[in-house]
Amino acid sequence: MKPTLGTSGLIFNEPLLWEKGKKSRYGASLPRRDVDEAPIAQEYMNDGLDLPDLSEVDVVRHYTRLSQWNFGVDTGMYPLGSCTMKYNPKINEAVAALPGFSGAHPLLPSGLSQGMLRMMYELEHHLAEITGMSAVTLQPSAGAQGELTGMLIMHAYHTSKGNPRSKIIVPDTAHGTNPASAALCKYQPVPVTSNSNGILEPSAIADVMDEETAGIMVTNPNTLGLFETNIREIASIVHKKGGIVYCDGANMNAVMGIVRMGDIGVDLMHLNLHKTFSTPHGGGGPGSGPVAVQDFLAPFLPVPRVIEKDGIYSLSDDSPQSIGKVHAFYGNVGVMLKAYAYILTMGGSYLKKASQLAVLNANYVKERLKKIYHLPYDHPCMHECVFSDKNFVDNKVTTLDIAKRLIDYGFHPPTVYFPLVVHGSIMIEPTETESRDDIDQFIAAMTSIAKEAQSDPASLHDAPQITKVMRLDETLAARKPCLTG
Amino acid sequence: MRYLPHTDADIADMLSTIGITAIDNLFETIPADCRTSQELSLPDPMTEWELKDLMTELSQANATLPETSVYVGAGSYDHFIPASASYLLSRSEFVTSYTPYQPELSQGTLQAIYEYQTLIARLLGMDVSNASLYDGASALAEALLMAVRITKKNAVLLSSTIHPLYRRVVETYLAPTDCTIELLPMTQTGETDATTLSGKNDYAAVAVQSPNFFGCIENLASLAETTHENGSLFVASFTEPLTFGLYKNPGSLGADIVCGEGQSLGIPRSFGGPGLGILTCRAKNVRHMPGRLVGKTVDREGRRGFVLTLATREQHIRREKATSNICTNNSLCALASSIYLASLGGTGLAELARLNYDKTEYLKTKLKKAGCTIPFSAPTFNEFVVAMPDGFREKYSGLAARGIVAGIPLERLHPALDNHYLICVTETKTKGDLDKLVTEVTT
Repeated sequence: MKPTLGTSGLIFNEPLLWEKGKKSRYGASLPRRDVDEAPIAQEYMNDGLDLPDLSEVDVVRHYTRLSQWNFGVDTGMYPLGSCTMKYNPKINEAVAALPGFSGAHPLLPSGLSQGMLRMMYELEHHLAEITGMSAVTLQPSAGAQGELTGMLIMHAYHTSKGNPRSKIIVPDTAHGTNPASAALCKYQPVPVTSNSNGILEPSAIADVMDEETAGIMVTNPNTLGLFETNIREIASIVHKKGGIVYCDGANMNAVMGIVRMGDIGVDLMHLNLHKTFSTPHGGGGPGSGPVAVQDFLAPFLPVPRVIEKDGIYSLSDDSPQSIGKVHAFYGNVGVMLKAYAYILTMGGSYLKKASQLAVLNANYVKERLKKIYHLPYDHPCMHECVFSDKNFVDNKVTTLDIAKRLIDYGFHPPTVYFPLVVHGSIMIEPTETESRDDIDQFIAAMTSIAKEAQSDPASLHDAPQITKVMRLDETLAARKPCLTG
Repeated sequence: MRYLPHTDADIADMLSTIGITAIDNLFETIPADCRTSQELSLPDPMTEWELKDLMTELSQANATLPETSVYVGAGSYDHFIPASASYLLSRSEFVTSYTPYQPELSQGTLQAIYEYQTLIARLLGMDVSNASLYDGASALAEALLMAVRITKKNAVLLSSTIHPLYRRVVETYLAPTDCTIELLPMTQTGETDATTLSGKNDYAAVAVQSPNFFGCIENLASLAETTHENGSLFVASFTEPLTFGLYKNPGSLGADIVCGEGQSLGIPRSFGGPGLGILTCRAKNVRHMPGRLVGKTVDREGRRGFVLTLATREQHIRREKATSNICTNNSLCALASSIYLASLGGTGLAELARLNYDKTEYLKTKLKKAGCTIPFSAPTFNEFVVAMPDGFREKYSGLAARGIVAGIPLERLHPALDNHYLICVTETKTKGDLDKLVTEVTT
């Protein structure tokens, strides 16, 4: 048998920043002082800062060692459901860092920012084409802010019609951000349960949809990795009562070039450039969460809008019904550049192929593992599949144990305990950038762990064993919070 | 296609394992009337080399150094970033990792964020910093929503010297809530008019920015005192954190919540984003705080380690009852700021801040001597307002075309400030640059 991916090697202990260094060390070159000291109002001045002084080598070793304690997509497979941890192309990093982009100031006359504005204008149009919508804003900084923007647009639209409405339908498979975003607009979430096949029944929507309900937030494909097959009928029910269909686009990676949400009844949706469009997650951001809308919602998009006339790009605030602004400037432009580069590299044909292979990989994993792991919804899936720990209850082995044991095998754990509709869920999204060989190795690890769960449950309870630290005491962290040193 | 590793044989094999013959069969669960029949209308795929050419061309169609000398701050500042900092930040274990939900293989990110929280709390004189938010503007909005949750009062007072674009974001966030916003006027000297605060008892928070939008240092101590007498929380906002290398920080002056933009700390301007939303508070209010928090703990063998903590505030546990809908931070930007602060150190940051101040004063003095007016008398840091000679508006565009952007005109944001410009000077400008600017502007 081939050795497992995960192994132990030489990594380093490293103290906290302020546990090293000595006062008056420098880790950066200070610019030349070519002017004299000017008089200053003494009463406003501080008495010095309590920050450590380190040399450049101190700093370089510190962060190099810290980085070695991390797992990343470049280290290995990250089958994290609903997060689309695909490969982050290096050319995108390189071009986004070009000095003409990284040094651009946001408030210059538009004549001095034509390159940026053209990029944003074209990216908006490409995303509109991919989603089948008519207008896009790039301003939201992340998926959650995209959702908030979507809810604000929905609220502003209904207000313009005379009644902002008070409720919103949120299925039980939804991400936690959905109800939280709705709550910021004072919308009371109305929960709807999915049917025994894991998808929404039109009749369940019809039962709750009324003229006090602003609309529905639907994730499609949903968080069980299933396409909401009744979406057109559901949209029509919502529309008949004057509601808006919002789609959480977190799972767009399954359907690029295959389904255009704007063509099937969706009015409003957000995308995650850091999922579907390959920009790196950066250990939790920065992301980017553009929002795409149908024509009738375009007047409500945040300002400024990028406009084009005769090949000249400019920013327009002329949008009296706009919800306003969700970012001081235009959003995370540095992230947009990478997504733009990705779309140009892929074109329509390879974007479609990426979705096809993402779905192929997920179905392959599902097919191979369903004999071993309990699969609550045994249907062809989209880009992710959801198992549970049900088969190992007798061995007192939980989803958490399986997840932690995967680390010893050299894989990042899947998403665990989400979606909430499956008890002890294990949500696997392999993404298209994992080769068949890597996926086979992942399946071998999962198979081996299933055997261990029966023969040697302790090896799971004690996992991970080869990481820098073992399982951490999260209760202690929450009970006696120590948030600064 | 180099990002798609499947060979035709792999695909055929995998399809047969699944029990189907064609890749299109995978999508048969999608109703036919939901599937698109057309190919996406996008440009043809580019090679790496074609892409590089296009992006280089686009990047050159933006005004940046060395061709253009930009004297504009207004929430986005030009500071040198050490090569070592950019190099460390590009390590792919930081760049390509996810939110650190699995602490055993995320200790690098977790310790770095814990250090970030500590450095930022020390810089601002506060007890607790979260793991960062999106940008300074949304941080101010979140700070005000937090104050509303703590005090259960439903109105906030915003100084009219707050960055006007931040105010727009606050208005957007608060629009669907019941919370109302009132503005505090400004004085002739460019500061918040403190006299208008007396007797204003029914507000969740008073928010003031220092240095304010006009670059003026506000008297935070006095404003905080009156705010507390009124029973409100004092929220101090900022756009230029380098200020606190020189001036007293808002925490030492009585602020309850300090929030702002951290882009100055080692993050390139990138046309305004991504930046770094900073949010800090007093320890007693931490459970009302939105966003991620990293805490120290121990592993099974008693070794020090770090985890995401106090998650019961957050959306994935609390859903609609969460303190915010936020589910990420701007982690890599927080890391950038930590590397930057660690590289400069307390000593270096103080020296750099002083240099920014001195260069700004140098330009201010020279402009005054050359006949320009400095309308606001309050102390400033690296930004100030100047009233230009009559007829400067035409000259401004001419200068811009020749590669000098002499601040931003203020009349569009504040019609009363006709012919006034907001000018920013940082360490990236030499004495020679400043002399040249004065000559160009005044002759």
